[in-house]
Amino acid sequence: MTADEVRKVARLARLDLGPDEVERMTADLGAILAHMAELDAVDVAGVEPTFHAVPLDAPLREDRVAPSLDRERALAAAPRVEAGAFAVPKVLEADS
Amino acid sequence: MVSSYEAVIGLEVHAQLHTKSKLFCGCATAYGAPPNAHVCPVCLGLPGALPVPNAEAIALAVRAGLALGCDVATSSRFARKNYFYPDLAKGYQISQFELPLNARGALEVELPSGTKRIGITRIHVEEDAAKNLHGVGAGTDTLVDFNRAGTPLIEIVSEPDLRSAEEAEAYLRKLRDILMFTGVNDGNLEEGSFRCDANVSIRPAGDETLGTRTEIKNVNSFRFVRMAIEHEIARQQAVVEAGGEVVQETRTWSESHHKTRSMRTKEDAHDYRYFPDPDLPPLVVAQARIDAIGAALPELPDAKRTRWRAELGLTEYDAQVLSAHPAVARYFDEVASALCAQAGGAARDEVGKRAANFVQAEILGHVEQAGLDARFPVPAAALAELLRLVERDVINGKIAKRVLSEMIESGEGAEAIVEREGLAQVTDAGAIEAAVRAAIDAHPAQVAQYRAGKTAVLGFFVGQVMKATRGAANPKQVNALLRELLGEP
Repeated sequence: MTADEVRKVARLARLDLGPDEVERMTADLGAILAHMAELDAVDVAGVEPTFHAVPLDAPLREDRVAPSLDRERALAAAPRVEAGAFAVPKVLEADS
Repeated sequence: MVSSYEAVIGLEVHAQLHTKSKLFCGCATAYGAPPNAHVCPVCLGLPGALPVPNAEAIALAVRAGLALGCDVATSSRFARKNYFYPDLAKGYQISQFELPLNARGALEVELPSGTKRIGITRIHVEEDAAKNLHGVGAGTDTLVDFNRAGTPLIEIVSEPDLRSAEEAEAYLRKLRDILMFTGVNDGNLEEGSFRCDANVSIRPAGDETLGTRTEIKNVNSFRFVRMAIEHEIARQQAVVEAGGEVVQETRTWSESHHKTRSMRTKEDAHDYRYFPDPDLPPLVVAQARIDAIGAALPELPDAKRTRWRAELGLTEYDAQVLSAHPAVARYFDEVASALCAQAGGAARDEVGKRAANFVQAEILGHVEQAGLDARFPVPAAALAELLRLVERDVINGKIAKRVLSEMIESGEGAEAIVEREGLAQVTDAGAIEAAVRAAIDAHPAQVAQYRAGKTAVLGFFVGQVMKATRGAANPKQVNALLRELLGEP
C-alpha cells in the first residue's frame, strides 16, 4: 500500500485526510491487505463463494404501493428547499 | 491514410420495469407527480432504512431475459456502485455487477442485407437515480426530485456487434417492441422509461482490434440515436484523418446543434468500486419459477406477424401496422379469432384480410394510446359482431361504417342498430332486379356506352342502384345482375 493509493481511495470516498492520517492509514491498510494475503493461501478450489454472512435468500415483497412520506417531513431535514425539491449547490454535467 | 473505416457500436439500454411500486420500497413509480411526493426513508437513503426487492420487478426482469434468449441465473447478486452526485442520496446505486440476473442472450435484427444476430452480454437489475433540475429555481441551485429514485430498471448491454447507425436503430426498435409485447416496459422514450447510451469506436475496415470508444449518453429518440451515432462516426474519422487520436470520454447529443459534445467529467468518474451490497442477501429465483415465467411468455411480435401472415393471409405491411402497439395487436387478435373461428382455409384468409383492412381504416384512427394500454372506440367483441354481419351479407361494408359510428356514439350493439334502423341489406333478388332494371331504363346513353365496350360505366350503374336502395343492396348481387342484364343484346 502506498501513500498515493491511500490518497486516491480517500479522494474517491470524499475523505479529507491530513498528512499524518495518510501515513497511519497507509500502515493500517497495508497490514489489513497483508492479512488478506494470508487468507489467499488457503485452497478454496471447488468451494462456493460466500457473498453474505447470513445464509438467507433475499426475501421479496409484493408489488404494492405503500404510503410515501409526507413531503414536508421528507424535506424537513434538508438544509435548503426550493419548489418542493432538495436544493443543492449547482452541478453541471455538460459543457454549455 | 486508411481508405475506409468500420464503426463498432455497442448499446446500453435502460428500460423501466412496468411495476406499480419501486424496486426496493413501496413508493409509487407513477410519472408526473409533484417533486418528492413519492419518497420514503428507503429511496431517500435515510440511515437505517433497508431495501426489500420487489417480486414483480424481478419477474419482469426474468421475462425480459427469457424473451431475449438469456441464461437466467438462479442466484445473482446486488452490488453497490459508488459515486458522488446529487442524483444519489446514499452515495451508491444498487445495481448488479459480477453476477447479473441474465447473461448471454441475443436479438435477431432484420436489415436490408438480411437478418443479423446481435449478442446481448447481460441484462441486470438496478435502481434508477433521482432527477436533477437545472436552472428552474429562482437561484442557481440544482433542485433534486427523488420521485424517480429507486424506480426499477433493467440495463441491457449489447455486444459490440453493431456496425452502423442504421443497425443500431433497428436493434433499438426491435428491443423496444419485444419489451412492450412482453409487458416489461411501456416503451415511452419521452418520459425516459426507455433510454439509450451508445458506445462508438472506429477502426480501419478489416481490423480485429477495437479502437478507442466514446460513450454518447441518454439520447431520447430513435431518430436522434441514429443522428448522434452518424455524427460521432464522422467526427472520429475526421479526428483520425487529421492525424489525431480519439479520446475516451463521455459525450452528449445536443438536439439544438445536431452534434455530440464532450461532457466535462472528473477523471475518477468511472472508478465505481463495486462491492456486494451487504443489505441484500443473494437474489435466488428457483428454476421452476424461471420455467413458469418462460412458459407464460406472451407471443413475441415476430411470431405474431408470422402467424398472421400464415393463418390470416395478412401482408407484411398490414402485419406491421397492426403490431405497432401490443394493445392494438391483442385487439386485432381478438377480433380475428372471433371472426375466423368458423372459417377455414382460403375463406379464413379472406376474413382475416377484411378484418385487418377494417381495423386499419376505421378503428386505428380512434385509438388512444397510453403506455402499454390503449382505449378503443368499441370493444373487440362488439367489432367482431359488426364484421360478422358483413361476412354473413346482412349488411355491406359501406353500411358497416355507418353502423360503427352509431355504435361509437350510442354504445349499442351492431345487430340492435341494424335491426332498429332497418339497415339489413336487400338480398331479395326480386327487389334488386327491380332496382337494376329501373337504373338501366333510366340511362339509355350509358347503356349504349357499356354495350360499345366501355365497361367502366358499370360503376355508374352500381352507384345508381345503391342510391335507389339507400345503400342497402348487396353489392355482389347488384354487380352480377347488372352484368347479366347489360350484357343482354
